[in-house]
Amino acid sequence: MYRKARSVPLKSSSSALYNNLSVLPLRDKPLTYFAAVHGSTVSLASAAADGLSVSHRQLQAKEGGPAVSASIVTQASWCVLPSRVLLVLTSQKGIQMYESDGSIMVYWHALDVLEPPPAQAVFARGIAAASGRFICVGTSSGLVLVFDVPSKGTNITLSEVLEEHHDSITDITSEVGENPNGAADLLTADDSGALCVWRAKEEFSLLTKISAFGWTCSSVKLWNGVIAAGYGNGQIRLYEATSGALRATVSAHARWIYALDLAPLTGKLLSGAEDSYVQIWKLSRNPDTGDIEIEHCHSECVTDTQLCGARFCDPEGNSFAATGYDLSEIVRYGQV
Amino acid sequence: MSARTLPLLFLNLGGEMLYILDQRLRAQSIPGEKARKDEWTDVDRKRVMNDIITTMFNKKFMEELFKPQELYSKKALRTVYDRLAHASIMRLNQASMDKLYDLMTMAFKYQVLLCPRPKDILLVTFNHLDAIKDFVRDSPNILNQVDETFRQLIDMYSCLSAGEFQLIRQTLLIFFQDMHIRVSIFLKDKVQNSNGRFVLPISGPVPWGTEVPGLIRMFNCNGDEVKRVEFTNGGNYISPQREGSFDLYGDRVLKLGTNMYSVSRPVETHMSGASKSLASHTKENAAPNPLAKEELNFLARLMGGLEIKKPNGSEPGFRLNLFTTDEDEEYASLTRPDELSYKVINIQATQDQQQNEELARIMGEFEVTDQPRQSTSKGDDLLAMMDEL
Repeated sequence: MYRKARSVPLKSSSSALYNNLSVLPLRDKPLTYFAAVHGSTVSLASAAADGLSVSHRQLQAKEGGPAVSASIVTQASWCVLPSRVLLVLTSQKGIQMYESDGSIMVYWHALDVLEPPPAQAVFARGIAAASGRFICVGTSSGLVLVFDVPSKGTNITLSEVLEEHHDSITDITSEVGENPNGAADLLTADDSGALCVWRAKEEFSLLTKISAFGWTCSSVKLWNGVIAAGYGNGQIRLYEATSGALRATVSAHARWIYALDLAPLTGKLLSGAEDSYVQIWKLSRNPDTGDIEIEHCHSECVTDTQLCGARFCDPEGNSFAATGYDLSEIVRYGQV
Repeated sequence: MSARTLPLLFLNLGGEMLYILDQRLRAQSIPGEKARKDEWTDVDRKRVMNDIITTMFNKKFMEELFKPQELYSKKALRTVYDRLAHASIMRLNQASMDKLYDLMTMAFKYQVLLCPRPKDILLVTFNHLDAIKDFVRDSPNILNQVDETFRQLIDMYSCLSAGEFQLIRQTLLIFFQDMHIRVSIFLKDKVQNSNGRFVLPISGPVPWGTEVPGLIRMFNCNGDEVKRVEFTNGGNYISPQREGSFDLYGDRVLKLGTNMYSVSRPVETHMSGASKSLASHTKENAAPNPLAKEELNFLARLMGGLEIKKPNGSEPGFRLNLFTTDEDEEYASLTRPDELSYKVINIQATQDQQQNEELARIMGEFEVTDQPRQSTSKGDDLLAMMDEL
């Protein structure tokens, strides 16, 4: 079904962090951008479809205050809005937003260093664009910061802070398909495994909260009102976004899941985990019963590698890419 | 990232160091009555192990260690181990110290990487502590010190969530990133490839709390299971037997962190085949000397807690060689690739007057006992001690 394609080399290896790969297929050029995090650096690579003619750029985390070492970056992700695409970096010090090619920084938000309990780590993590005008970013204290992004320029403002989670945010995602009920727009997940579903109009309101069952939720996707969530015990769970009802459980991996991605045009889901496997699934909704169904399509083992990021490279899911801890390349697969 | 990483890093690396030193001391020891004045005996070995363990588990030192703080650089941490390794009559040349540190770090990197659950890092730590307690089982005072630290670990880590343990693990993995030194015992056991990367098995028991992959269950809107499908995930996994114990005493079940060395399994490292992803490694070594102020503060605080029992002037220091022969050791020190050099801190070389004053101020806050040297100021003491590394 899928065949290994040419890898894209990286200037530095990838760190073991959740959702450590972002992919941006360009609309006007036959190129794809890739981003992976290593310590305090983000490696950007742009490659043509055949994996050749690769060019590189590296971004540094912005240091705040008299720091010894540069701050560690936790995640880098492209946010696609109708009029612009921004590259967002989250780190121990705060949030940086760049133009999509990483050339210019357009916004910097420092995390408050008020009086955190000293034993508690401080960082931002979890990035998603929502409702065509917001960029949402999570923090280690459980807050979700909502930034209002104008169609151009640097006048980005913090418009809202969502306070519903009690544990560090792990991942944030927005609806990538169509939601017939028009309800759920944003999904946030945290370290304890709790999920929050939000509706976004002028402001965000909480639609449903799904309780934790004892395992961290490290990655989430939202498609046509279906939530797909990956957990630390290797399980994938599907929920109904409007009600929060559990619709499927999948014992998908033997180790912690680090990444999920969804191809919106076909409903293909991929999961990447520490067990070296990328698994490909197909989501669908039974037209008669309305039940959500999931079937397994394909397994791919990246030998001796603990995967930390995995993404589809096109909206149909005909190709995908993955990163691994200590791996200095992005492995790619295409459909035969 | 996680501010609770240092105690685990330090204790596990320390444990590996003790395994290696114990093995090398046994390999080089001579029966007591036959030994010449400059040769190792069993009595010497026990004494060295006791001295190092006593220093490691010193109460003041442990207090500093357990304070919430970010991890410091490999360079700063290496300095502490240099000090620790010389806490007794034993002396190590630079080449042997380099090799010791390589083995320690690669062993713990392997253990962190292969832990089934992030929480199992605690079991690995307990394995090391169990072994350390066995080294000093004849010395109740030192045993108490170790037990005290054991209890501190249980207090601090038992209630952490899986997510917090994963953050600790991710912090450790960032610390160990891009290290691919080949260790012959790992190569022999086929847990490491010839390119320096560890073998990750896709078979065996799944972690405690994880289900064997292969089952999909689907539910209707009322929560009733309506469909059950099996699939092949590609690996060959089985259910785990039982969970390891997190108590002061108990069967840890996990083998990671137990002593893999023995007299018949010597340890070597291969310095060749430096991988191309050394970009970050060389970046760190190119960092300017003198040390950043905060690292210096950290070292001063930790060192201040290390009460080293100095041998009196007449007793010679015994040299331990981590290589098979002196010639091997000499060769290793000459041929060590630049990018793998640890560039151990030599504060004496620092010309910055301001830095020395800062050190002197910091030292003024600590009581340094058992100093046989006559020195004019406490600042000089620290510099002098560092100089002996």
